[in-house]
Amino acid sequence: MLTEEMQVVFDYPDALTEETTHYCPGCTHGIIHRLVAETIDELGIREKTIGVAPVGCAVFIYNYFDTDFCEAAHGRAPAMATGIKRALPDRVVFTYQGDGDLAAIGTAEIIHAAARGENITVVFVNNAVYGMTSGQMAPTTLPGMKTTTTPTGRDVEIAGYPIRMCELLAQLSGASYIVRRSVHDPGNINRTKKALKTAFRAQLNQAGFSLVEILSSCPTNWGMSPRDALTFVKEKMIPYYPLGDYKVAEAVKTIAQ
Amino acid sequence: MKEFWKGNEAIAEAALRAGLEAYFGYPITPQTELLEYLAKHMPPQGRAFVQAESEVAAINMVYGAACAGARVMSSSSSPGVSLMQEGLSYIAGSEVPVVLVDIMRGGPGLGNIAPSQGDYFQLTKGGGHGDYHPIVLAPASVQEAVDLTYGAFDLAEKYRWIVIVAADGNIGQMMEPIELPPPRRVERRDRGWELTGAQGRPRRVITSIYLQPEALHQYNEHLQRKQREIEKHEVRYSEYLMEDAEYAIVAFGTSARVSQTAIKWARAKGIRVGLFRPISLYPFPYARVAAISQRVRAILVVEMNSGQMIEDVRLGALDRVPISFFGTMGGLVPLPDDVLPAIEKMVQ
Repeated sequence: MLTEEMQVVFDYPDALTEETTHYCPGCTHGIIHRLVAETIDELGIREKTIGVAPVGCAVFIYNYFDTDFCEAAHGRAPAMATGIKRALPDRVVFTYQGDGDLAAIGTAEIIHAAARGENITVVFVNNAVYGMTSGQMAPTTLPGMKTTTTPTGRDVEIAGYPIRMCELLAQLSGASYIVRRSVHDPGNINRTKKALKTAFRAQLNQAGFSLVEILSSCPTNWGMSPRDALTFVKEKMIPYYPLGDYKVAEAVKTIAQ
Repeated sequence: MKEFWKGNEAIAEAALRAGLEAYFGYPITPQTELLEYLAKHMPPQGRAFVQAESEVAAINMVYGAACAGARVMSSSSSPGVSLMQEGLSYIAGSEVPVVLVDIMRGGPGLGNIAPSQGDYFQLTKGGGHGDYHPIVLAPASVQEAVDLTYGAFDLAEKYRWIVIVAADGNIGQMMEPIELPPPRRVERRDRGWELTGAQGRPRRVITSIYLQPEALHQYNEHLQRKQREIEKHEVRYSEYLMEDAEYAIVAFGTSARVSQTAIKWARAKGIRVGLFRPISLYPFPYARVAAISQRVRAILVVEMNSGQMIEDVRLGALDRVPISFFGTMGGLVPLPDDVLPAIEKMVQ
């Protein structure tokens, strides 16, 4: 029996448009979009947020968010976000990037945005594969993992090793909040949401560069059912990409609590 | 009152006086003093200055700041401009106003750091992928570099287009007495397209992607209409002793200035030669070149490259008159002594 007045506990976020997403069945981009949108709503920043879209599966993210948005060239989102933030320092600027975009072609841009302590937030979706171009090896593809350009599995003798971006970026003094989360089950989805909120609040508090890496599934290009893909995240990806907080600057510690 | 200024610093000061709000650049000779001047003067004035990690990043920072509605520019030299071509294509495809200064040096490859006009093709013909031509303005003196830079921002904003000031290392590095224009403070106002946060208005999106071929075709038609407008209204050129000329030199920037001296010497020898100097390399003054080709006996094109603008001169002049070429490459600046024999050869 209800002892309090009934409350709405689950609703469609204001920061999302009504548009139906183009993502494949079982793709976790939809979940992550929603978490970002809820964060924007809860912080009341929709009207001062400017997003920067990547090249990759999320190239059309601007169709789904009811905020201002621009579309960067492949890998250049952190540079573009830098330009926007320097021109409008009181706005909230975030990039949304995949692993090919951020950890291959855009490695220079992400490292230097972090090194400058650029006061932006980066949502980094790591699904270990190039999704939009249909399943080539990404800089984060696991050793032995099959892709269309590693048809017998990633051979590290030929293709080298995957990059752990959080560990790399956490070394930089300009980074204020660098964490890795996953969306393979409800508990982790909630932890991801909390991290996103901390990352955006870090920006609002002028703390500097914040990034949330989110381990994500790609059933289509992994050739798995959505359920098996989530199991793959849990059993194969997390051991290589451990979840956790890689850097939480003093200025962010109080926010995170 | 005239003051003695170095080209690169004068261009930087002209941009500040035009109301430059944000600058993003990367060191490269022979343009570096421009970056250094702005590094010194912008932060104390509360204007945004970032030394980027590469020209690739710099032009994308420019792209972002332009999307946010700021008066923004970058500067570089030829190899750096090659790196910026990706960003310039996106900027053209998004129609945001951007100013770029190219202090051209010798190529291809690393080439050298000496003055060149070898970027004519990469600047005027689009450079990056897709169909677009930035507005390209070529000064022949430090004063003209100042004036063109000062006006470039209004021009870029008028058309929501890229304006490139194409000077060579000679103009960037030399000192000349100049008069600086008055400082302006540009008021930020909403022009209906910039990204400032969707406060009290529908969200805005700036993108260059049109997945449907019909949609991209239509968008390109829109861009082409803009190019035709630019071609109709923004042609600029200058003429020297052309009234009674029987022969014409067509040259831009430093090579035009060198040619001017050679023309004086040729006139002293009784050769009635004049100079036609395109200031806007795009839009190229085809109509004026066509008119000149109908009344002179021959045209000599002088460039500090292997012959790039000459292709546009030929398009303007067609086969009406013989067109000869004198060029220097490798960062060599021609002397009037080099140009005079080419004039004499044209006359024979």
